[in-house]
Amino acid sequence: MSHELTLNGRLWVLREEDGLFGDIDTDMIYHNAHLAVTDVDKMGQYAFGNLAGYKDFAALAKPGDIVLAGENFGSGSSRQHAVDCFRALGVLAVAAKSFGAIYKRNAINSGFPIVELPGLPDSLFNHFSDAVLDLENGVLTSGGTTYQGLPMSTVARDIYIAGGLFEYAEKMNGGNSA
Amino acid sequence: MGRTLLENIFASHGGNDCSAGDVVWIDIDNRTARDFAGASVVADLEKYGGESPVSDVEKTFFTFDCNVPANTIPYADNQHRIRQFARKHGLKVYDVDAGIGSHVVIEEGMGRPGTTTVGTDSHLNIMGCVGAFGQGMGDVDIAYSFKTGKVWFQVPSSVKVTLDGTPAPGTEAKDVALAMLRRFSSHELLGKSVEIYGKWADSATLSDCITLSSLATEMGAIIALIPPNETVLKYFDMTRQEAVYADDDATYEEEYVLDIDGLEPLVAVPHSPTNVHCISDLEDVKVDGVFIGSCTNGTYDDLRLAAELIRGRKVAPGVMLKVVPATRRTWSRLLEEGLLKDIFNAGGSVSNAGCGGCASGQIGMTGTGEVQVSTSNRNFAGKQGRGKTYLAGIGTAVASAVLGRIASISELEEVE
Repeated sequence: MSHELTLNGRLWVLREEDGLFGDIDTDMIYHNAHLAVTDVDKMGQYAFGNLAGYKDFAALAKPGDIVLAGENFGSGSSRQHAVDCFRALGVLAVAAKSFGAIYKRNAINSGFPIVELPGLPDSLFNHFSDAVLDLENGVLTSGGTTYQGLPMSTVARDIYIAGGLFEYAEKMNGGNSA
Repeated sequence: MGRTLLENIFASHGGNDCSAGDVVWIDIDNRTARDFAGASVVADLEKYGGESPVSDVEKTFFTFDCNVPANTIPYADNQHRIRQFARKHGLKVYDVDAGIGSHVVIEEGMGRPGTTTVGTDSHLNIMGCVGAFGQGMGDVDIAYSFKTGKVWFQVPSSVKVTLDGTPAPGTEAKDVALAMLRRFSSHELLGKSVEIYGKWADSATLSDCITLSSLATEMGAIIALIPPNETVLKYFDMTRQEAVYADDDATYEEEYVLDIDGLEPLVAVPHSPTNVHCISDLEDVKVDGVFIGSCTNGTYDDLRLAAELIRGRKVAPGVMLKVVPATRRTWSRLLEEGLLKDIFNAGGSVSNAGCGGCASGQIGMTGTGEVQVSTSNRNFAGKQGRGKTYLAGIGTAVASAVLGRIASISELEEVE
């Protein structure tokens, strides 16, 4: 897994009629029909399988893609599958205007980078453009445009660099000293 | 500067003198996982847990509630994998007969005011109903809590919501929750700890509190905490001194007053819990089915109300009424008091205790084009099948079942 703090990839911009796709809940990301799957490698095929207009995402996504969405990405249930399905496809990160609370910590704990871009104008970045995502400072750059989001919290950064919560805990002597 | 209710709960669980924005490690009193994601927790512990993957077997248990008893082979496999792990390590399993885990935690007295609970149910913040911390998390977090008894948490900002006034007769806790969703949508309270005050909260029953707090997730809130009132303290046989409250001089990021005086029953229209309307504003909506149950509206009080309203009436021809009590205890009480008979005689089906149609489990899925009124908490596209789900309280659900269209309890009362 990548522990790089700067990611280079292709921007996959999720849109609905009136702008960046908002309120994408965990059933749209990874439908509850496939919850019994426990093997991460088998989760990729279901990514966005229930998201209107993006049901073919899994077939079209490439390793190195960076997903960009609107408000409240990953609201809904606590399923880790909704994070793991992107890792399975080699998606590098998800950037969104905001995230559901449980989704946010699931991503952090599994060492999957997310970046919050509050107030991001809907048309600032173009679909399939090359992008640079500075995780630590929360900055997205693409097509000569830069947008400043929220920097990574210290705990998120430390867990990400360790490669996940358990790996981080090992470093911290089982977490009890933290 | 005083601490909020959540900050005081954290402070008594290893969080010391924490305030909003701090990342703290919290001691967890109840470490749980359900049949959904429980098998992933087991997989994580087998990979990372070493020889003693569970630090305290008394505080750690599984609750099966999604797909009970299993009606798919993958769920059966996962449940049995969990049972085998639990037997090996001496953990208790509240098995397929027990009911919804979050409700079991309250009923069994483990989820008392001031405690901390985590699990793989995104509605575990329902524990806010008794002034306790609860949080749904993914399998990695939960496995970590099994192993160490702790989770990290970034202390959220706290806001205060005062519910002002008295709703109209026949208006339920569900309608109050829908009024909050109408007012705040899913963005304004995103990531906040919400404390609920006012006359309604002071006089609410435990069932009312459960319903309101269960919809915090749909509001995007971390939790909706209701300071334990006299009724809730009595349920746990506790004094005020034994519970946890906010300091008198606690400061909040924002204070809201929501006027619920004279509030009438509401409905959340597909496909969002925040798409809330008055029943009278809807066009004539024919219904194919009605679901009564879930962690939001599946308590004894809820189902007793349903039974009393439907007693002597009949479900409209061509309409399905599906009823799922939240827990085995609820089931048992309804059985003993003859209330299941009222529902059965009216034409309803009653299933065993559990989560119902949420998470593709059990009972209450809809087909393409099907219209359902549900007392549950989510009506996102595809959540409970392919149909259209309207969220409502018990009175609206029963009235809609009897009249065959979305109707209010006052319309039901006009029918003999």
